[in-house]
Amino acid sequence: MKKIFSSTLARGLLWQAVGWLVGALFITGIRALMGLQAIDASKFFFTEPAWVFGGLLGALFFIGGSGIVSDWFKWAKGEETSEHHEDPAGGEKYFNLSLDHKVIGIQYTLLALALFVIGGTFALIFRLELAHSGLQLLTLQWYNTLMSLHGILMIIGILLGVSGVINYLVPMLIGAQDMAFPRLNAFSYWVAVPGAVLLLSSLALGGFDTGWTGYPPLSARAPVGMQMFFLGVFVAGWSSILGALNVIASVIRMRAKGMTAFRMPILVWAAIATSLIALTATQLIGLSFQLVMFQRLLGMGFFDPAKGGNPVLFQHLFWFYSHPAVYVFVLPGLGVISELLPVFVRKPLFGYRWVAMSSLGIALVGFLVWAHHMFTSGMNDYLRVPFMYSTLLVAVPTGVKFFSWVATLWKGKIETPTPMLFVLGGIIVFLLGGLSGPPNATVATDLHLQDTYWIVGHFHDTIFGGYVFPFFAAIYYWFPKATGRRMNETLGKIHFWLMTPSFLVLTLFMMRIGLLGMRRRIADYDPALGFDWYQLIMTIAGFTIALSVLIFFINFFRSMKHGEKADGNIWNSRSPEWQVPSPMPVHNFDQPFEVVGEPYDYGLTDAPYIKFAKSTHK
Amino acid sequence: MRHFVIVGVLVAILTPLTYIGLSSAHMMPVEASAQSQIVDQMWNWDMMAVSFLLALIVVPMFYSLIVFRRKKGDTTDAEHVEGNTKLEVTWTIIPLITVLVFAYLGAYTLGETRIADPNAMVIKVRAQQWSWSFEYPDGFTSTDLHLPKDQQVVLKMQSSDVIHSFWVPEFRIKQDVLPGRVTDYRITPDMIGSYKVRCAELCGTSHAYMEANVIVTSQADYKAWVADQVAAAQALAAIPGPNAARGEKIYEQYCRACHSIDGSKGQSPTWRGLYGSTVELNDGSAVVADDAYITESIKQPAAKVVKGFDAMGFNPVNAGVTDAQIADLIAFIQTLK
Repeated sequence: MKKIFSSTLARGLLWQAVGWLVGALFITGIRALMGLQAIDASKFFFTEPAWVFGGLLGALFFIGGSGIVSDWFKWAKGEETSEHHEDPAGGEKYFNLSLDHKVIGIQYTLLALALFVIGGTFALIFRLELAHSGLQLLTLQWYNTLMSLHGILMIIGILLGVSGVINYLVPMLIGAQDMAFPRLNAFSYWVAVPGAVLLLSSLALGGFDTGWTGYPPLSARAPVGMQMFFLGVFVAGWSSILGALNVIASVIRMRAKGMTAFRMPILVWAAIATSLIALTATQLIGLSFQLVMFQRLLGMGFFDPAKGGNPVLFQHLFWFYSHPAVYVFVLPGLGVISELLPVFVRKPLFGYRWVAMSSLGIALVGFLVWAHHMFTSGMNDYLRVPFMYSTLLVAVPTGVKFFSWVATLWKGKIETPTPMLFVLGGIIVFLLGGLSGPPNATVATDLHLQDTYWIVGHFHDTIFGGYVFPFFAAIYYWFPKATGRRMNETLGKIHFWLMTPSFLVLTLFMMRIGLLGMRRRIADYDPALGFDWYQLIMTIAGFTIALSVLIFFINFFRSMKHGEKADGNIWNSRSPEWQVPSPMPVHNFDQPFEVVGEPYDYGLTDAPYIKFAKSTHK
Repeated sequence: MRHFVIVGVLVAILTPLTYIGLSSAHMMPVEASAQSQIVDQMWNWDMMAVSFLLALIVVPMFYSLIVFRRKKGDTTDAEHVEGNTKLEVTWTIIPLITVLVFAYLGAYTLGETRIADPNAMVIKVRAQQWSWSFEYPDGFTSTDLHLPKDQQVVLKMQSSDVIHSFWVPEFRIKQDVLPGRVTDYRITPDMIGSYKVRCAELCGTSHAYMEANVIVTSQADYKAWVADQVAAAQALAAIPGPNAARGEKIYEQYCRACHSIDGSKGQSPTWRGLYGSTVELNDGSAVVADDAYITESIKQPAAKVVKGFDAMGFNPVNAGVTDAQIADLIAFIQTLK
């Protein structure tokens, strides 16, 4: 118990609370001295500026108080610091500051899973509400808040999950001992924690009823919880930007000898593509949210038509990040699919270079499509046509991936253990997400589809196929690398076979009722529309997915201690990380390796991918 | 080669089957406007492409999963095939051309939905949290949207507060309604019937319930309805002094979304029994609901907030409520015992 309270996490949270209080009292004091209103009962005691400044200071106190930046301060003062902290064995290192990319990767993953559980629980609550028309267990305001928080928690969770996979794997895959900037890496993770706390705190401060998109003018008049949402995303955004910087620097500078661009494992290409987006676009969501924050706090009318502002401008700024963000989510997932397929098909990845380039293609075209979220927004009419062209263009590199995957499967020798099942499920679900895309792009049809459950079904398919299924595949696949034990196959298969059909039912029904008139983000629907029994089945499907994920968690935590031992190359992979024992040694590769062949030359004898300088690993 | 032929045949069979399945599944609501037929045409083209692409990926994938499964006891790798540049170029170029064709079709159908009739009738639409009102060219206002069949109508839409979106599923078209700017919604209803416009852009607490009736009638029925409305409006306007019936109209247009008149708890305090009662305020004080208090609360909603409620962003004066109308409203409130 004492260890928990003295952990970095506990200290950080305590400091965050202190900083919050200090900040809020500071502003309250100044307001009292200036004769302004100091206490606001309708805003949960403090005034809004006090809450916001407190929230910001709390995040800073978390960073300062938990010791994450102390090495940098020591350097500034000219003091020496140790090169690499040794982490203690056991689970406590995951709650403490660590500079080891593997620990940080798992920290990211655990935080992501925690946010998925919270965001998923919110979804279950409002899905229960939707099972029948009329209001059963929620008020309108609670429905709106839970629905909005579900969205943003899942999004931040996915961003952290992406960072988890990339952080854990990329240094191993390129043969590095760690990331280029280990302290920045730790900082990127820890800054997300106060961000998550800020997001959740909005629940206690009146919530917010705008959805995760936070469009003004609605967000300019939502309860004070709105500001915590803005601030939380702003703070968590730093995690994305700095993490991406680190990945790019690591891949450019720290690859093993002989690992030319086209000899990198394909997941590294995906990590690069995703990091390029995160590094250059995240600023825009931070900026757009900051502008609304200032509009609320300082009366600057950026998006207030009464002051000459333009609410549609916000949507441009917001989607300039938030569309590419979708590719931040799915590119690593598609990378995992491309990475695992050859292992379980025992055949090279078909068209490696094309698959690698398609990731970059998607990332680049992804920057030019944002306004397809705004076809009905009232932006300039003629803009809709060029954005339709650019949007449909995304289909081309995405198609290259699908065709290459199918060609990889063709005439392979296919095995289907749990990770491969999730890879295949991911391809099918992502295909449905992809195929429900073009009707949204061809403007005329989008005029009907926009803001309906069709869209909800479409993006859940995209995100589950492009991220959630591959994420589960990655966990089942690399779990032995992290723990030296493997997860239970039977439970894994039950997880898959419960989740996949339920999920397909859920999203296909979403699309169906969306076409027939079900709007997004509504707490209640007209019983005359006849959606009640669809909604009931969707709710049952939703809870079945939750049950399957519960089975996953039981498997996950049980296997850490009781899983079957697996310290060797259990998947018979050619990838560098499987050529050393599991769990991965602290500094990854005791001997550096040299790349002497192609990464996916399955089916060739005597064509190794890597060679260790002095082979001590047997 | 045998494998390719089988897969090719299966794709050729599955594509039309999928398309027939999709197009006979009644995926869309009825078509009640000229524009809806254009949208559905584009939708059908999309579904053709979807059917083909679905078959093109799913068939070889499942075929491989069945036919190319690892045999028991086989531990060898598969045949080493790295790729095929010709194939990759093919499945880049053909989708590229398809995409360009579809983008052209998308632009074409978008244009078709936007064709403007110079004789289109103009109706002004006012959206506010959480109600719609419609101002007709003949000078009266209604909370229902009546439209004549086969006559193009342009809705000039504006919001009093946040962003809303005008959507009648049977018309297919959707357009956001913005504060501070007018957006157009052009529609030619062509099927007599009763529909609903529902707000499609999340607009706050009661977004789910923001709806209004859309009634498409024959031209003759429409004219008769307009004549009735005009006569009623003129009769009402002619009554001198503050008038409760006029007040009720104003209530329906601006106030009903939040204030109930039957005592039920809404987003804002009920008006039933309000007049002359003693109202407890958020700051602990109390005030008698007389003409002065009600007028102040309409003009400055945040000045005196009733205990247990939040000040709302909606300001009736900004939305166009005049002093004379406030007097009518008070007359109406007085009748709500």
